[in-house]
Amino acid sequence: MNDKEKNTGSSKMNRRDVLKGLATVPVLGAMAYGTWRKTRQDHIRSHKLAKELNMSSDEKEYTPFKHDGDAIRIGLIGYGIRGTQLMKAAGFAHPEAVQNLKDQAAENSQDKRYADFLEQDDLNIQVTGVCDLFDVHAQKAIEAAANIGREGKDGQMGPVPKRYRTYQELLAADDIDAVIIATPDHWHARMTIDAALAGKHVYAEKGFTLTMDENYAVRDAVKQSGIVYQLGHQGRQTESYIKAKEAIEKQLIGKINLIEVCTNRNSANGAWVYDIHPDANPNTVDWEQFEAPCEVKHPWSPERFFRWRCWWDYGTGLSGDLLTHEFDAINQILGMGIPTSASASGGVYFWKDKKRGDYVNEIREVPDVWNTVLEYPDLDFSLLYSASLASNNNRGKTIMGHDGYMEFGNTLTIYADRQSTRYEEQIKSGLIDPELPIYTYIPGRKNADAVATATEQYFAARGLLYTYRGGRRVDTTHLHIAEWIQCIRENKQPSCNIDQAFEEGVAASMGIMAQRENRTIFWDKDKEQVV
Amino acid sequence: MKDTDFSKWQLWSLVILRVAIGWHFLYEGIIKIMNPNWSSIGYLMDSRGLFAGVFHSIAGNPALLNIMDFVNMWGLILIGAGLIVGLFTRIASIAGMILLAFYYLSHPAIIGVNYAMPTEGSYLWVNKNLIELLTLWVILLFPTWKTIGIDRFLFKKK
Repeated sequence: MNDKEKNTGSSKMNRRDVLKGLATVPVLGAMAYGTWRKTRQDHIRSHKLAKELNMSSDEKEYTPFKHDGDAIRIGLIGYGIRGTQLMKAAGFAHPEAVQNLKDQAAENSQDKRYADFLEQDDLNIQVTGVCDLFDVHAQKAIEAAANIGREGKDGQMGPVPKRYRTYQELLAADDIDAVIIATPDHWHARMTIDAALAGKHVYAEKGFTLTMDENYAVRDAVKQSGIVYQLGHQGRQTESYIKAKEAIEKQLIGKINLIEVCTNRNSANGAWVYDIHPDANPNTVDWEQFEAPCEVKHPWSPERFFRWRCWWDYGTGLSGDLLTHEFDAINQILGMGIPTSASASGGVYFWKDKKRGDYVNEIREVPDVWNTVLEYPDLDFSLLYSASLASNNNRGKTIMGHDGYMEFGNTLTIYADRQSTRYEEQIKSGLIDPELPIYTYIPGRKNADAVATATEQYFAARGLLYTYRGGRRVDTTHLHIAEWIQCIRENKQPSCNIDQAFEEGVAASMGIMAQRENRTIFWDKDKEQVV
Repeated sequence: MKDTDFSKWQLWSLVILRVAIGWHFLYEGIIKIMNPNWSSIGYLMDSRGLFAGVFHSIAGNPALLNIMDFVNMWGLILIGAGLIVGLFTRIASIAGMILLAFYYLSHPAIIGVNYAMPTEGSYLWVNKNLIELLTLWVILLFPTWKTIGIDRFLFKKK
């Protein structure tokens, strides 16, 4: 046949030839049709759903904080683990730490922590005074504060801040406008009160206070003084919480009845069994001052000094330390405030041996497994918190309502409930499938919609998405400090102000009382006291 | 010109196979182009095995990542369309094999490795990327496009 074709003239193509050559081209048409059908269906579904849910599709514009005007002069109280992190978030890291980041970035081009730190906004602040009871930490704080150029080893250093032996002397200094408090919890109340009296603005770490009584004293002092107070819940800066709040306001999950939040950690560090510095001894640590607020004094104990979170004398345990992060996350979304009652239970179930790995010391008092139930009968829901310091099973945060439920963390996912009243029609018509999310929010993604793929959600949940592209990761702690600094400049109230702090402080104290006194603690809203 | 010496059934089974692979490539490309948020970053970051470092560093370099995304999207579309209509089919087959080799090397089905990305089956050493790659090799060695495909016209001129 082909020979024949050739014989009849090779330059001219006959019909048969053309048909063979183009035989598969119509497949492209089928592809176009199929793609059009599928896209149209997806579009109709997401459009209808979006109309139904009425969530804003735009990402909140990120407006950088302003840093103009005079430099604000900061005094740092406490340069332990958290103090070091706060200083770095404020722009001051120890040269050795910067060198370390630099070396690791040189070794591994994917390690962007050094670049991120360099790109972090300059807040236009100076650290003019530092106070730490451990000489080694105090010296490190001085060196970090002087590292104004974010240099590594042998870099050019700036002016050296003054070291104060007591926080009272630091608060009395004229060249300090505001203080960052990153001490153990047993110091928070008196330092904040004294700072307020001295007219210094305060950024303080959680837990808010050590005891119930201190909650009132701190609130009154801050309010009377008019200082700008920010409690250290950097979760206030998390984008997905803002979306969660919008979803609640738009009634996407209907009437809320149960909220479940948790903490899970499974390491010595996570259980507050920190390293003990080899140079710590009664000559390098002002142990007497450390113990000053304690009713019963203890002999020098490096375990108590470094692992203070394990004892009620200094810390607030899972309730003040970690429940508060979860409480604050929910409180900023729901604004539910102080619960009507709290019950709590737990125990030292894992870290109960005198010797576990490196952990050889007195046994902790503070439970490593903890459960708190907060009741809100006026709002018709319960808030359940449960925590383990010996399991990594991350259960996330869930808010459950009659019409749906939302799970959130760095991302936000909302599902409709199979028995929902609101979505009954849509579920029947097939517009909503209760197995699939009706709304997904992944920060950094331009559009939030219901049809984010499973893969996308997988990657986002593991922090693999939108972390490197565009090159910029922003530390929430940095934003939280930046917000506080801007509020000082503009004389405004920051997001985690004294009222928010009081609510979470009381809730945490109620939980601690409930567990330690083995009873349910009730709160009288009008009298503002425990009954 | 002489058509290939395949029987009718041999010829059409191979053409259908070629079109099916082309369809898969083309749709993967179209779906990526239509999603403005699509990026290979998650896929690259999820890489494991011997070459994981290479793929991770591509993901870590925004400029390289953009190139990778572009090449991947348009590569899939051109290869897919090429295989379907039989245009520059030889080049399309080879390019397809290269692309699949990258996918295979970035996510090899080796022992002791788990991926964040969910898979719909179970694989040991041989996975669907490898099978598709080997299938393209067959397509390459059996030039169906000389009979069914636009290449027929190009070959004819010669």
